[in-house]
Amino acid sequence: MKFDTSGLESTASVFGTAGGDLVDGFAAAATAFELPATKDFDGFQKEAVQMVKPAKGTTTLAFIFKEGVIVAADSRASMGGYISSQSVKKIIEINPYMLGTMAGGAADCQFWHRNLGIKCRLHELANKRRISVTGASKLLANILFSYRGMGLSVGTMIAGWDETGPGLYYVDSEGGRLKGTRFSVGSGSPYAYGVLDSGYRFDMSIEEAAELGRRAIYHATFRDGASGGVASVYYVGPNGWTKLSGDDVSELHYKYYPVVSAETSEPDQMVEA
Amino acid sequence: MECVFGLVGDGFVIVVADTSAVNSILVHKTNEDKIMKLDSHKLVAASGESGDRVQFTEYIQKNVALYQFRNGIPLTTAAAANFTRGELATALRKNPYMVNILLAGYDKETGPSLYYIDYIATLHKVDKGAFGYGSYFCLSMMDRHYHSGMSVEKAVELVDKCIMEIRSRLVVAPPNFVIKIVDRDGAREYAWRESVKDTPVAQPEALEV
Repeated sequence: MKFDTSGLESTASVFGTAGGDLVDGFAAAATAFELPATKDFDGFQKEAVQMVKPAKGTTTLAFIFKEGVIVAADSRASMGGYISSQSVKKIIEINPYMLGTMAGGAADCQFWHRNLGIKCRLHELANKRRISVTGASKLLANILFSYRGMGLSVGTMIAGWDETGPGLYYVDSEGGRLKGTRFSVGSGSPYAYGVLDSGYRFDMSIEEAAELGRRAIYHATFRDGASGGVASVYYVGPNGWTKLSGDDVSELHYKYYPVVSAETSEPDQMVEA
Repeated sequence: MECVFGLVGDGFVIVVADTSAVNSILVHKTNEDKIMKLDSHKLVAASGESGDRVQFTEYIQKNVALYQFRNGIPLTTAAAANFTRGELATALRKNPYMVNILLAGYDKETGPSLYYIDYIATLHKVDKGAFGYGSYFCLSMMDRHYHSGMSVEKAVELVDKCIMEIRSRLVVAPPNFVIKIVDRDGAREYAWRESVKDTPVAQPEALEV
């Protein structure tokens, strides 16, 4: 008995029989892609994937105060040194009462937040009540933990309003999940924390809180090259979330620091030697 | 960086853990309780990667509770420690949990006991133990000042000494600590030692529009 191995043969031979220099060139090209000239192919591949993984540089923040939760983020996506977008929605609307923020891999965040949204809706249909922020964040954390070490890159905050009031959790792809009142995630987060911590008070009004969030994002985009674009601010209260603002940070810069016209004193005339 | 330590006294065990949740150079939180109540008379103080720490200690907690439901009697501290070690040892050759554990408990028969369990599934019954960068300081301090049959007051005094040493000598010292005790009356939170509040009330003029 003989195996029929014709299916395994390269189609190149079909072209080859036609003859001709041009077709022979095809035959060679059809065999395989050229491999990168490197000893460590796995390492190269890993690096290449890392390089084009979007939304690595980010600033996102969220905090709880008297009236609810403020969530704010920039909108820049970068692939290595290249800015691939200045208009990314990094605040993901999970349902009318819950928001997620996006830092790390854009696809990973988007996909798992959408997945979380589905799970939350199913919970709502099964139990006739909305899922708590605690529950939702734990659903996500458990999923991410089950994929740990497999290359997911997610740094997110789940913010919302449930039966217990405002809720805020930090969840990452290492499986970490922290409950808190004030978080910032992304490469610009140290800058954002600096502004956020020094300006934070629990008894702020919504306007004050939104301005604090906006300002923290602005200052982070000013210092962090990987953050920029638009500073969006969301507020989550007892009646769900609303988007409060979306300001181009370069316009915010001139709002916060208007150009002062140069001193009127004329420079001294050059004296000829 | 992380500091978890504990010691056995006269009829009780005292365990201490820092309360910082850290991500590279960022401190996300300074009031994270890393000492879990395993059951009424057991405490688990754990250090390690935050995901692993929470997932693993909750897993142990639920399984200890399940055992109690099924059999009507709780696991002894020694049994719980051996169970924990077994789970770590099984996971070690698959996907290891990066957690180090001090398991403290009180049993009617054997009294107070403290078990040292690390992520490579080492199990030791000890009088005093420590994990993390803080261990370099408090291990020697406990060697010097510990004696068997310490009173709660003496033990707390020693624990405070250790905390002060960590705060003053360790570059990456965590600001806050939680102290818990387990004795014949059960496991309970004893005190917090805080030098930084998580939600500081900042000066109002800081925010200018």
